[in-house]
Amino acid sequence: MSFPEIVFYAFSTIMVLSAIGVIAARNPVHSALFLVLTFFATSAIWILLEAEFLAIALVLVYVGAVMVLFLFVVMMLDINLASLRDAGNRYLPFGIAIALLLIAQLVMVVGPDHFGLQNFAEPARHAADYSNTRELGGVLYTDYVYAFEIAAVILLVAIVAAISLTMRKRPETRYQTPGKQIQVKKADRLRVIKMAAEPAETKEKE
Amino acid sequence: MIPLSSYLILAAIMFALSVVGIFINRKNVIILLMCIELMLLAVNINFIAFSYFLGDTAGQVFVFFILTVAAAEAAIGLAILVVLFRNRHTINVKELDSLKG
Repeated sequence: MSFPEIVFYAFSTIMVLSAIGVIAARNPVHSALFLVLTFFATSAIWILLEAEFLAIALVLVYVGAVMVLFLFVVMMLDINLASLRDAGNRYLPFGIAIALLLIAQLVMVVGPDHFGLQNFAEPARHAADYSNTRELGGVLYTDYVYAFEIAAVILLVAIVAAISLTMRKRPETRYQTPGKQIQVKKADRLRVIKMAAEPAETKEKE
Repeated sequence: MIPLSSYLILAAIMFALSVVGIFINRKNVIILLMCIELMLLAVNINFIAFSYFLGDTAGQVFVFFILTVAAAEAAIGLAILVVLFRNRHTINVKELDSLKG
């Protein structure tokens, strides 16, 4: 068994087992942490496939950002786990049957008969100074620059949507309204009165 | 020498596992979102495996965009979840029937 095969089977095993952990864990926090493990194993597989930039991006984006978001939401919401817990078992045999059927069908399609080494030979490995990031960037900023800009707009829309969905005005919190602050005139706040001067009370009188 | 079919079968197993996850975690919206992330990951493995074996970078570009859209989807989905929990005090799918659909 060569070294890439050992890496592939080791990380595939980790990946499948942690995916089972994601769907079988009763505690959503455990599910989120198993999902992190799945993404780590996947990024190892992607490095094996010479997609180094995407492997690092997967770790940064998913493990760094999306999983923190998941854990944050899971821990912020006070979920009643007991009400969510008892459902699974009734559908478990059905789900396993569906999964086996799906895997059998997909293996029939994508199995070694059609996508084995005799049809798709393993390509030559790139040289050590090959940069996957440079290669990807070269395509991304020329051929796919329009799609790249659309992706940027999608991210902007996601930011705006997430903030506007979750922002709420609490009635007990006091806000400043700059528009009203600017509209205030001197006469609304300040009253100038005239009054006669009063004699100063000095110590000599006493 | 790992054939392309091994990667595709791995992705198929991941996809089937996420389908099972949707079946057996029908009540918990958070786990449903995680299963959708797993599904997208399985698809991405296919893209990257084909990109490597066909020597075409377009597959990796596609994965890049899928990652972008998946991150946006997770952010908006979780934001909707937070609003939902704030209004209904539950994330149980069974109790989210105020539309009477």
